[in-house]
Amino acid sequence: MATPTATPPAHGPARQHRESVVIRFAGDSGDGMQITGSEFMVETALAGNDLATFPDYPAEIRAPAGTTFGVSAFQIHFGSNEVLTVGDELDALVAMNPAALKVNLKDLRKGGILVCDISTFNSRNLVKAGYQQSPLDDGTLTGYHVLKIDVTKLNAEAVKPFDLSAKEAVRCRNMWTLGLMLWMFGRERQHSIEWLERKFAKKPEIAKANVAALNAGHAFGETAELAAPAFTVAPAQVAAGTYRTVTGTEALVWGVLAGVKAAALDRVVLASYPITPSSPVLHTLANLKQFGVVTFQAEDEIAAMCAAIGASYGGALGITTSSGPGIALKTEAIGLAVMTELPVLIINNQRGGPSTGLPTKTEQSDLYQAVYGRNGDTPLPVLATATPSDCFEVAIEAVRIATKYMTPVMLLTDGYLANASEPWLIPDATKLPSFPVSFRTDPEGFQPYLRDPQTLGRVWAVPGTPGLEHRIGGIEKDYNTGHISYDPENHQRMTDTRAAKVDGIAADIPLQDVALGEDSGDLAVVGWGSTYGPIHQAVRALRAEGHRVSQIHIRYLKPFPRNLGDLLKRFRRIVVPEMNNGQLVTVLRAEYLVPAERLAKVTGKPFKISELVAALRGRLEK
Amino acid sequence: MTTITPPPAKKVSAADFESDQEVRWCPGCGDYAILKAVQRTLAEIGAKKESTVFVSGIGCSSRFPYYVSTYGFHTIHGRAPAVASGLKLARPELDVWMVTGDGDGLSIGGNHLLHVLRRNVDLQILLFNNEIYGLTKGQYSPTSRVGTRSPSTPLGSVDAPVNPSLFALGAGARFVARSVDTQQPHLVGVLKRAHEHKGTSFVEIFQNCVVYNDGVFDEFTEKSVAPDRQLIAEHGKPLVFGKDKNKGLRLRTQTLELEVVTIGENGVTAADILVHDEKNRTLASLLGSLHPPTFPQVLGVLYCDPAPTFEDAIHAQMRAATGPKDLNALMRTGQTWTVAG
Repeated sequence: MATPTATPPAHGPARQHRESVVIRFAGDSGDGMQITGSEFMVETALAGNDLATFPDYPAEIRAPAGTTFGVSAFQIHFGSNEVLTVGDELDALVAMNPAALKVNLKDLRKGGILVCDISTFNSRNLVKAGYQQSPLDDGTLTGYHVLKIDVTKLNAEAVKPFDLSAKEAVRCRNMWTLGLMLWMFGRERQHSIEWLERKFAKKPEIAKANVAALNAGHAFGETAELAAPAFTVAPAQVAAGTYRTVTGTEALVWGVLAGVKAAALDRVVLASYPITPSSPVLHTLANLKQFGVVTFQAEDEIAAMCAAIGASYGGALGITTSSGPGIALKTEAIGLAVMTELPVLIINNQRGGPSTGLPTKTEQSDLYQAVYGRNGDTPLPVLATATPSDCFEVAIEAVRIATKYMTPVMLLTDGYLANASEPWLIPDATKLPSFPVSFRTDPEGFQPYLRDPQTLGRVWAVPGTPGLEHRIGGIEKDYNTGHISYDPENHQRMTDTRAAKVDGIAADIPLQDVALGEDSGDLAVVGWGSTYGPIHQAVRALRAEGHRVSQIHIRYLKPFPRNLGDLLKRFRRIVVPEMNNGQLVTVLRAEYLVPAERLAKVTGKPFKISELVAALRGRLEK
Repeated sequence: MTTITPPPAKKVSAADFESDQEVRWCPGCGDYAILKAVQRTLAEIGAKKESTVFVSGIGCSSRFPYYVSTYGFHTIHGRAPAVASGLKLARPELDVWMVTGDGDGLSIGGNHLLHVLRRNVDLQILLFNNEIYGLTKGQYSPTSRVGTRSPSTPLGSVDAPVNPSLFALGAGARFVARSVDTQQPHLVGVLKRAHEHKGTSFVEIFQNCVVYNDGVFDEFTEKSVAPDRQLIAEHGKPLVFGKDKNKGLRLRTQTLELEVVTIGENGVTAADILVHDEKNRTLASLLGSLHPPTFPQVLGVLYCDPAPTFEDAIHAQMRAATGPKDLNALMRTGQTWTVAG
């Protein structure tokens, strides 16, 4: 196990110290930028920095090489303090071709470092990227530290001894670049070498060539007297323990498994239909069958939800995952789960909408859909995840609520959280909460809609249990007998009961805390979901300026924590930044009659800290 | 070694499978007869109430689960196959029957029906075909014949109907059978065969809607014509029909068509008559496509050729799965690092 270190290499120039750095690796889809970025991330985590990463894939599966819509990028923000966002501006940009430069240059701060592989800046690629003339020579890059390096040529020399085809040789180019960037920021490269040797264990020549390219890039940094500085970033102060990096998808899946274990359920059925950006949850669970997980790729979204209901009816935890348009299709079946009071976990990895919208871009515009979006009065609990690692806890909590209250639960996460990653102090699975379910087995006095007087949760009576044979369905049922009932008073009573059951969960969840600041003041900045990081840093910056600003971040969106209304009313102003056109803000206004203000952004990209600071400062000064 | 004599099993009767709910189909509805046949079947196969589940969609037929004293789930329109599939994935040991109709199963739920059949989930699907929408008051259905006049097609429907049994065969069903609501002994026999078959068993039941489509199957169910218009297919037996069992099906080999011939006429002998082979999908398709008056309506088990079931294959993969079985081990796979305290 490596211990954190940020010792700069023995040789090389004096290094500048930085508290935090943002780097983006960008290239063509085929240039291996995700792998390059991931390896840089692991070396950075091993160096003891806190970090956050985000991959940015092109929407097209195989976009034509060299085009701007084929650009793939990986961004990493790392530092010696708490890192909660992927960073507003880039300190360094690696552009493997003109298209990557064209797409990403606008995000590089003035004075930032730009690494370009000049061999790719030929007339053909320049035209594909939409450049009239080479940006390397026409003044476009004035004000940046530009490192014009013929990476392709240097890489080719490095891998020459290994008898690769021309194509194979070019594919080592990303490792050369990784070597250079590891050197520039004082990272080790041992993990990357071991990783390459494992990855290409069956092709030792390829492994050796990649390692040679990595080493050559690193050596180039040490010896070439670059026109840009090198840096060190000291390790962050972090709690003791064993860490790993985790994406939102991984944390979510492991949280689900932990929840199923806590509920003492031996069967779990995930039924899903492929959809961006939610499919990785299906893929990940499909590889964990040894945990008693049945994964079912259904014929459509509706079938997926219905199969999850069927599984829950059979005493398993039924789960379905999707994104906005898929959730829309599941809606009628979600109503059936509410009506039959069965525990189903519905995971929405939100993406840009409406309709097909922006499948690969992030948004949090399905809050209305989650809270209100069904026919009839159809309440269900809604929870949202704030960070990649938070997905673990929220998944456990969603399973607890679903099984304890016998209700479908909507868990909102998003495309950003699913793909983003951060270091995670790995919990001890043996010390996690436990909330075993109890199936009804006693026929004495049994009725299918018997309720726990406290939770109002219905009994879970599973087919196969002698003496409990009964019929359920989507038609309104009699409060006492569970038979079909069209009685007016009974429908009122059942509607009230379904609402009271969900509202009652408020007594069983933590009070709303203040994520940063005091519990009263001039401004409450209220958020939910993946805006946690940018809001946190923006509020911190405003507080440093002396403003009486606090951050309130809501995990439980239905029902809200029971103190939320009182808490909000202790602030002079309330602003709700959201990556939608203003949804939580109206829910809060409706629920508490508070003058919450909208701060909306719907660009498919997360908030920048700077834009939040500016917008919030504007509200404070108004 | 001592011999233990088991106590005599309590004889279950069809009445044991009646629920306490008042049956609310229209007087004279074919569904009553089907319900009776199913309850009789359950008694005769010795079904256990606690491990039997009826899952339905929406429509007249889908009220079925309320009237059977087993477990039951009245789901939403067209989605019963998906709910039943999820249930079987969670609990393969349950005996699941699915009840649907021509609208529920072939219109709004056509996609799910296609996929449950091709996956071969072990359940019995009873499709009540009355060629009409009953619950919504009489609109034409996907099995209605061209020209069907209904509130939504006052001038007659113009779209070609789907043939349920051919649909099932096309979807890859491993068991396809047909019967008629009121032909009790035959229907019970078909249901028993369906239950016996491991995998998806598809049973098309011609069911008379007395209110909106009365007599639509009279051309082969009416007692006076039935013997000459029905052919009961039986595995290994010649495909003969008629009051005197002297009519039969012969294959025109040049055109791959069936023709009706009479034994003893025009030199036709018993040897010319096709013998039914349940494992022959092509033959099943030929038989399923015949219609009166030119041909008899073929009833019975058209096709039965078992294959491994979906849930067995899925659970076999689960049993064979490798990798960390413990959450702590799983969360520590890949690269980790330790920060000293």
